[in-house]
Amino acid sequence: MWKEKAIKFGLMSSASVSVISVALIFLFLFKEGGDFLSSPGIGSLFDTRWTPVSFVNERFGLYPLIAGSLLVTFLATAIAIPFGVLGAVYIAEIAKPREREILKPFIEILAGIPSVVIGFFGLIILAPFVKNVFGLYSGLNALSGALLLALMAIPTIITISEDAIKSCPKSYRQASLAMGASRLQTLWRVVMPASLSGIIAAIALGMGRVIGETMVVLMITGNAPQITASPLESVRTMTATIAAEMGEVAFGSEHYQALFIVGIVLLLFTFALNIFSRLFYRRYGNRS
Amino acid sequence: MNDTKQLSTKQQSVLEPQVSVKDLSVFYGEMQALYDIILDIPTKRVTALIGPSGCGKSTFLRCLNRMNDIIEGAHVTGEILIDGEDIYHPNADVVALRRKVGMVFQKSNPFPKSIFDNIAYGPRIHGQKNQGILSETVERSLQRAGLWNEVKDRLQKSALELSGGQQQRLCIARALAVDPKVLLMDEPASALDPRSTAHIEDLIDKLRKDFTIVIVTHNMQQAARVSSRTAFFYEGRLIEVGRTKELFTNPSIKQTEDYITGRFG
Repeated sequence: MWKEKAIKFGLMSSASVSVISVALIFLFLFKEGGDFLSSPGIGSLFDTRWTPVSFVNERFGLYPLIAGSLLVTFLATAIAIPFGVLGAVYIAEIAKPREREILKPFIEILAGIPSVVIGFFGLIILAPFVKNVFGLYSGLNALSGALLLALMAIPTIITISEDAIKSCPKSYRQASLAMGASRLQTLWRVVMPASLSGIIAAIALGMGRVIGETMVVLMITGNAPQITASPLESVRTMTATIAAEMGEVAFGSEHYQALFIVGIVLLLFTFALNIFSRLFYRRYGNRS
Repeated sequence: MNDTKQLSTKQQSVLEPQVSVKDLSVFYGEMQALYDIILDIPTKRVTALIGPSGCGKSTFLRCLNRMNDIIEGAHVTGEILIDGEDIYHPNADVVALRRKVGMVFQKSNPFPKSIFDNIAYGPRIHGQKNQGILSETVERSLQRAGLWNEVKDRLQKSALELSGGQQQRLCIARALAVDPKVLLMDEPASALDPRSTAHIEDLIDKLRKDFTIVIVTHNMQQAARVSSRTAFFYEGRLIEVGRTKELFTNPSIKQTEDYITGRFG
């Protein structure tokens, strides 16, 4: 009897690790950053400038960092969606088995490339290319970052969308084909709508990967904390800010606390993304 | 085998067949699933295909609207004429064929869409955009399938909320919405409870006035109840075909007799 209890306890604690970790991460982010909210106060986060190491005027406005993250994330997602979803359609529906055998491993390899290597590639090849194409002073901007991040999001979107498309029951396709629909009509009018929830979830997960990615944006986006909607400007994301500044900040200082606040905001964004994809999944997910 | 072939040919005498099958053989890769089938299917009658599992009756059915095309490695020889046109001719129009020859599957397979959108699917893919005409078609098709009164107040609800029997009638209505001439049914009631089965059989009885129906069934009582002609398949060959009453009461071949009396299968 005790043995069974021990096993049950062991399994339960394994399952609880992630729950406890999330709770602890939240707790410690607040513990380290929470003091900032009383002094210098929450209002200073709504500044339009992030100049934490200025001698005359330290400012901790989050707007430029949030704007940077959002710009890069939306650009990257916009670039990744067509490639990811159409790629998944091709692999799941059209590719011959031989083609699939070649494509799938390469997608997995792409997913497995360390981000620093992708960043390196971007620095040497992509940034100069972007610079020349648009005639800029520097190729280190939001567009370069977004292109690389799209590259990292595509495998996630392809893999999960492909699963969603493949899990669409064969009987739907048969019914459609037997009505005289072409393969394309069947794909567009039956298979895609039936797989939509999975495809949305795939996109949300791809976005989650993009918004949380650090190394590539640190290397390639130029790291200028400014509010802009132009893809050709340098921007700085929340992740890059934490990674770049945390190493040199004075322990316990306002700047130190502000970085934890940035961490909390980043976490809230990923949370929101998760909840969104879950809501969507629940609404369109029941098909049987 | 020559005997059977001649015999089934002799029994072919059908006036104005809608479907005329000549020397049909089907291969799945190396394996032969059907051998030289010769069969005429009369217009606006119900023809039942019976036989044990794996005898080729479903394969035969799927040849009639070329649904075997989507199976990898499937290969068909011989000739199938529907209204005098060879449906396996290289220039044959598969879309037009499937519009003319509707199909209902063993397991009801409504799309995860509203009831209305399910029925309107066929007309829409064939280019019908007029909302008024679509509404008319939906109502008429549901009426014909005997489902209208049960669903007229919830056409925008998901078709997946219907019961199993209602879903199957919805699939029949969906097939009817493109005005087919022939209706293929692959064990349409085998997954249903007895009441729903009775419903489907009543429906088939009504539909046979307007459609040529070919039904595959495992259930010999069902074949006897709904069909006017019955074809018995065994191991990929058409063993015997004739009027249902005669075939069930006085089969001329031993294998048929053994099967319908339950000695095998």
